[in-house]
Amino acid sequence: MSIEATIPSKVAPAILPGSGGPRGALSDLFWRRPKLLLLLMLLPPVLWLGIVYIGSLFALLAQSFFSIDEFSGLINREFTLKTYGDLLQAANLDIILRTVTMAALVTLASAVIAFPIAYYAARYARGRWKALFYLGVMLPLWSSYLVKVYAWKLILAKEGILTWLLGKLNLLWLLDAWLSLPVVGGNSLSVSFTGTFIAFVYVWLPFMILPVQAALERVPGNLVEASSDLGASPGQTFRNVLFPLALPGIVAGSIFTFSLTLGDYIIPQIIGTSRLFIGQAVYSQQGTAGNIPLAAAFTVVPIVIMGFYLWGAKRMGAFDAL
Amino acid sequence: MRSDGSPSAPLGLKIAAACGLLFLHLPILLIFVYAFTTEEKSFVWPPPGLTTQWFAVTWNRPDVWEALSLSIRVAAISTTIALLLGTLCAAAVSRTRFFGRETISLLVILPIALPGIITGIALRSAFALADIPFSFWTIVLGHATFCVVVVYNNAVARFRRTSGSTIEASMDLGADGFQTFRHVVLPNIATALLAGGMLAFALSFDEVIVTTFTAGQQQTVPIWMLEELIRPRQRPVTNVVAMVVVLVTLLPILFAYYLTRDGDQIAGSGK
Repeated sequence: MSIEATIPSKVAPAILPGSGGPRGALSDLFWRRPKLLLLLMLLPPVLWLGIVYIGSLFALLAQSFFSIDEFSGLINREFTLKTYGDLLQAANLDIILRTVTMAALVTLASAVIAFPIAYYAARYARGRWKALFYLGVMLPLWSSYLVKVYAWKLILAKEGILTWLLGKLNLLWLLDAWLSLPVVGGNSLSVSFTGTFIAFVYVWLPFMILPVQAALERVPGNLVEASSDLGASPGQTFRNVLFPLALPGIVAGSIFTFSLTLGDYIIPQIIGTSRLFIGQAVYSQQGTAGNIPLAAAFTVVPIVIMGFYLWGAKRMGAFDAL
Repeated sequence: MRSDGSPSAPLGLKIAAACGLLFLHLPILLIFVYAFTTEEKSFVWPPPGLTTQWFAVTWNRPDVWEALSLSIRVAAISTTIALLLGTLCAAAVSRTRFFGRETISLLVILPIALPGIITGIALRSAFALADIPFSFWTIVLGHATFCVVVVYNNAVARFRRTSGSTIEASMDLGADGFQTFRHVVLPNIATALLAGGMLAFALSFDEVIVTTFTAGQQQTVPIWMLEELIRPRQRPVTNVVAMVVVLVTLLPILFAYYLTRDGDQIAGSGK
């Protein structure tokens, strides 16, 4: 076909006519008013999250300012700070301190274990190995949380695999010595803070590996080589080059490990002692104790801590590493 | 240190990375062994004998089937809602810059950034204040809320890689907005949506914390398992269910990975 034949005899108008029909009219309307389309696209998700989620959060917050009548056990729907006064009792502060300490230790341990995996995956793994590493982190991350906790119950139980293994290695004395320690010890690993700690680290570890790997992948390899060319020992290179550049990734990962530990109540319930964590306190206050205001006030603690944490993390540029 | 080709890792690093990966995988593999043990009462290792009889026992347990059915129905509906809301949100956020864009990304991420217990108790107290009785739909409400982010993340990543010029070309060639969406946008983002949907399904299927607060008396599979962990009735049945749950969640993950793996080869990425 010649080119001339395709050129229409009349000059086409600068603006095409509407495509016709209600669908075309609607399409044209969206084209002329992109803001309208944007609004229509945003409306359903924002309404859902705004009403269901933010609405519920406000309902929760409001409840924390209610109080419970000590005689009738009924909730008094008048605003008061009494519940927050109850929250500051020594026993409750103890729970908060215990949870925050555990969250900090879990975060630290996750960072230490995650770093070599993330570094290897970011710098040395290529092609098939890279995919394998990625899956190797993603599969445990996504596999069932309860199954993972259950697996550790099996491993840490008195008659479980760890006792068997240490028995074979003639190291049972070491386990007994550890279990006889105050605070961290107990009857068996599955009813001790050590067990709680191991299960927490295990379950949240992948959440640390992925952001650290993402941060390390942005570090140019020649930076590390330059550092060693200039005579730095591997340790110095790590301290002065790798670690500072990986830090935003570590902080990003720590948002997950820290926040998830603060709120979890299932791991300490299944593997742990009878001394409570924040999540368990919330659960028992709203359930058996029926004190929803105190449960609500308890949840404000992780919200406030995470608020500060996220604010600090944002300042450190951790959000870019997410 | 060689600067050409791929350098090889120091031995210490290799060992540390390998140990880390083993630490991540051995406990899950252990579940598979326990599903076959003949020991009924305790967690004895090594298993005194191996048997497949617990699969038959589990198969004949109506409570397991009820929990499984509820879990699948909740996950299917939640995933559908999350697909719709997550895609709309991702399309809006990735196409244009507007006031409050950052706030909306935060709004989507918040339900998983804050501990699950907060989402759970917030929903429960809202249901209590609004006098909403627990039902199938109260579970779905909670699950859909935190599933949105998974779909959103997958869709946003794909939208960013899909170049706008294909959309403009489609419009220039006379397609209207709906035709462009159906023939240009949708084929480009389809695998990302499918992957997001599978991950959302796995997330919902596995969720326990939010569910305990929004389920009332109903049992999803994780709630059933939690109940068994706290008050064990028949340990071997729990072992078998645990193994099945691992398989049911891993398959969608592998499939989702397969779907998003070739992300660089999306049409119009301009590579």
